[in-house]
Amino acid sequence: MRIAEWKEKVESQGCYDAVSEMLERIEKSRLNAYITVCKDEALKMAEKYDRGELKGRLAGIPVAVKDNISTKGILTTCASKMLSNYRPVFDAHVVEKLKQEGAIIIGKANMDEFAMGTTTETSYFGVVRNPHDEARVAGGSSGGSGAVIAADEAVLSLGSDTGGSIRCPASFCGVYGLKPTYGLVSRYGLIPYANSLEQIGPMADSIEDLALLLEVIAGKDTRDSTNAGREFRFEPEDRKLRVGIIAEMGGNDDVMKRFNEAVEVIREKHEVGEVSMPSFKYALAAYYIIAMSEASSNLARYDGVRYGFALEKLDSWRRYFSKVRAEGFGDEVKRRIMLGSYALSAGYYGKYYLKAQKVRTLVIRDFKKAFEEYDVLISPTMPALPFKIGELADPLTMYKADVNTVPVNLAGLPALSVPVGMVKGLPVGLQVIGNYFSENTLLNFGKWVGERFGEGD
Amino acid sequence: MDDVVIGLEVHVQLNRLRTKLFCSCPLNYHQSPPNTHVCPVCLGMPGAMPVINKEAVKAAVKVAMALNAEIQPFTVFDRKNYFYPDLPKGFQISQYDRPLALGGYVTIELDGQEKRIQLKRVHMEEDPGKLSYKGSITTAKYSLIDYNRSGAPLLEIVTEPVMNSPKEARLFLNKLRMILEYLEVFDGDLEGAMRVDANISIRGSGRVEIKNISSFKGVEKALSYEIMRQKNLLQRGRSVVRETRHFDEARNITVSLRSKEEEQDYRYFPEPDLVPVLTEEIVREVEGTLPEMPEEKRERLKRQYGIGDNFAKVLILDVKMADYFEEVAKLVDPKLAASWIVDVLRGELNYRDWSFAKCWEVFKPEEFAKLLKYFEEDRITEKGVVEVIRTKLDEGGEIDAIIQKKGLFAIPKEEIIKFCKEAIEENPKAVEDYLSGKRQALNFLVGQVMKKTRGRADPADTAKLIEEMLS
Repeated sequence: MRIAEWKEKVESQGCYDAVSEMLERIEKSRLNAYITVCKDEALKMAEKYDRGELKGRLAGIPVAVKDNISTKGILTTCASKMLSNYRPVFDAHVVEKLKQEGAIIIGKANMDEFAMGTTTETSYFGVVRNPHDEARVAGGSSGGSGAVIAADEAVLSLGSDTGGSIRCPASFCGVYGLKPTYGLVSRYGLIPYANSLEQIGPMADSIEDLALLLEVIAGKDTRDSTNAGREFRFEPEDRKLRVGIIAEMGGNDDVMKRFNEAVEVIREKHEVGEVSMPSFKYALAAYYIIAMSEASSNLARYDGVRYGFALEKLDSWRRYFSKVRAEGFGDEVKRRIMLGSYALSAGYYGKYYLKAQKVRTLVIRDFKKAFEEYDVLISPTMPALPFKIGELADPLTMYKADVNTVPVNLAGLPALSVPVGMVKGLPVGLQVIGNYFSENTLLNFGKWVGERFGEGD
Repeated sequence: MDDVVIGLEVHVQLNRLRTKLFCSCPLNYHQSPPNTHVCPVCLGMPGAMPVINKEAVKAAVKVAMALNAEIQPFTVFDRKNYFYPDLPKGFQISQYDRPLALGGYVTIELDGQEKRIQLKRVHMEEDPGKLSYKGSITTAKYSLIDYNRSGAPLLEIVTEPVMNSPKEARLFLNKLRMILEYLEVFDGDLEGAMRVDANISIRGSGRVEIKNISSFKGVEKALSYEIMRQKNLLQRGRSVVRETRHFDEARNITVSLRSKEEEQDYRYFPEPDLVPVLTEEIVREVEGTLPEMPEEKRERLKRQYGIGDNFAKVLILDVKMADYFEEVAKLVDPKLAASWIVDVLRGELNYRDWSFAKCWEVFKPEEFAKLLKYFEEDRITEKGVVEVIRTKLDEGGEIDAIIQKKGLFAIPKEEIIKFCKEAIEENPKAVEDYLSGKRQALNFLVGQVMKKTRGRADPADTAKLIEEMLS
């Protein structure tokens, strides 16, 4: 549902009724897209809106927030048993911004545990089902944030993207999702998985809505030292672009059929060429080494002493926290902590972490060269259609599904997933990658492409 | 003893800064209840992010400059990963392969000779929290954690292994403390201000690291014990195992903590939530704002006040003492001031375990100057001055009131002459005895004058006066 449609509803039946209806839909939903639904608070805000007391650019609009983004006093679980009872004492920067603009936080969206996954199957709270086919996954790690947009269980949502975690569910759910340039949106309050790779980003049913949410959350925040201090304003732009197809990024036949049709449409207005990125064959490996290394350190703080999952039976500190971690983390999280610790350990650091950082430099260099010739680069967002639940039993197969999305995070570039129609009743997304801080160009291009395929479902 | 080789890693808390290293929690927690100077950042709450305190970088740059170290234009923070209950994030933000500064040296005076203690590096890091125990550590059922200290700015100063005795290590630490206090970034009196890890080996033998010695005196004791232990082993034909030991301050011994094989792997990597610090601008800002350092001050004091090096070199040991001296020297003869401060006041303070900073509050330099002025004008005896100082430090009060109450104002010379004349007139027998050569008779006459003045006359001066009168 677009903001414009939501506003019409609110106009005719009042915000309270519109929100109640949405809450009912969420309650009846089988998608499992929310971990926490903020029912009372949302209704209170809706009443406030109806009394004319809620002001701002997002006044009265229900927004879902991924459950790794801190919300003061509201459960923020990271979809982990470890934080299943954790209520932050502060709001993330982006949540402060939502509140300032009058948004109604309707719930905390389900996700892969600590954002580690591509299907939301690693969630302690269970998998998120795809609104287009409930036997299939909604993607991940921001699976809940994608599904709620497609299923009208929110109007807007926030996800986080470490290696494709916004773009993948956007593609699988047939909605728009943007991973902004590293540093455009403050990460303050985002519970980290891999700090040097991730960004918070918007998901929506239209480019205009996506752009509005980005305008709200982008901007200066001195609490995040990696914040670029830049604002974002969406301005119409209508120009012929040089579009490069990345040769190394592909997909299976279903996906490529749809992708090639999209390319033909793009050719009608824009200049299309092909570009090769030799470093990309190492990108997936480099990505996982860096992400797991950072994760192994980020997740060291969870010891069940000050907050989060705790054990009744006390023991010596060392034994106690080992047990807490053994019980509190799921398998995928443990796997990444172990692999990350290994990659950073003495004697292996140079072989893994340092080498991965060198690959990162090469990836950045390849992108830089490509942007000398092209304004935007395109690929299928995901190499396959939404997976069946349980299909990706083997972790390595799951990691490989991120092959088209991770180079963007290694380079810190912005990338958008645009729905370009369906194959076999399932959505396909087009990934559009832009140069640093070129979000405006990306969104205008995405709008033009999206309009040619009809929106989402 | 130069078969002994010692290197030190000194952790210095920049405890005179206003706020912590990565958050804006105030640093003045030393008098506060536990866990009151904390926020999401220093508690390591998920999603909170560190932001570098620029004042801390400035202070660190100042120290590195004063230690003659080479400040690196580009310096990076790293995560040092290890589990310990006082470490809320499960890692400490420290520096690894791109420290703030490399090299540098500190000059000490060892047995009358100057020696340069070469430094390896200077880097910044955050302090962990602090464990404490109800009752004693051995009987307590659980540990308590106070995060007030968590995130406090530390400097780690690492020396080359160039010291050859525990005494040398102590001299180095004293000098280092002096430099830090001159820079006004450090107060060595505060708890946990300086903690030391010492590496020691007897040439050719295994290197032993003694961890976390928390006092100045502890370092010398720990090293002395360790040398004795290692020499004993070697004498008995045993080898010294390479290991990490802990100094048990209560028992004055070192105990084994872990062997080389159990060494921790800290899995260092760059802290992704912080950006590298470019120091060029900070260096420019700090240059020229460095205060006068000890050796410069020593020369200036000699030049400006005409005092001897024996006084100057003592006065500079404590910047507050030197400042005190300069205040007093504005009002009385500097040489007199120097000798009274160095020879008397300093001793009286040491005896009471007082710092000059504390003395400054209780016994203001202007008042001390006033006292010395009385002495200059012969209105109080040397003995009287000492008594006033002691009373002032122990009981407080105005110095005039102390002198009045204790009757310490010296009697004017004319009056003593008058009393001497009286004593001579009233004791003809004693005069006769004196004149016939009996020395004790003089003592008797002096005693009479002392009686008349209720002890306020100087016995030696009085004796001289009587002798003159009877000659």
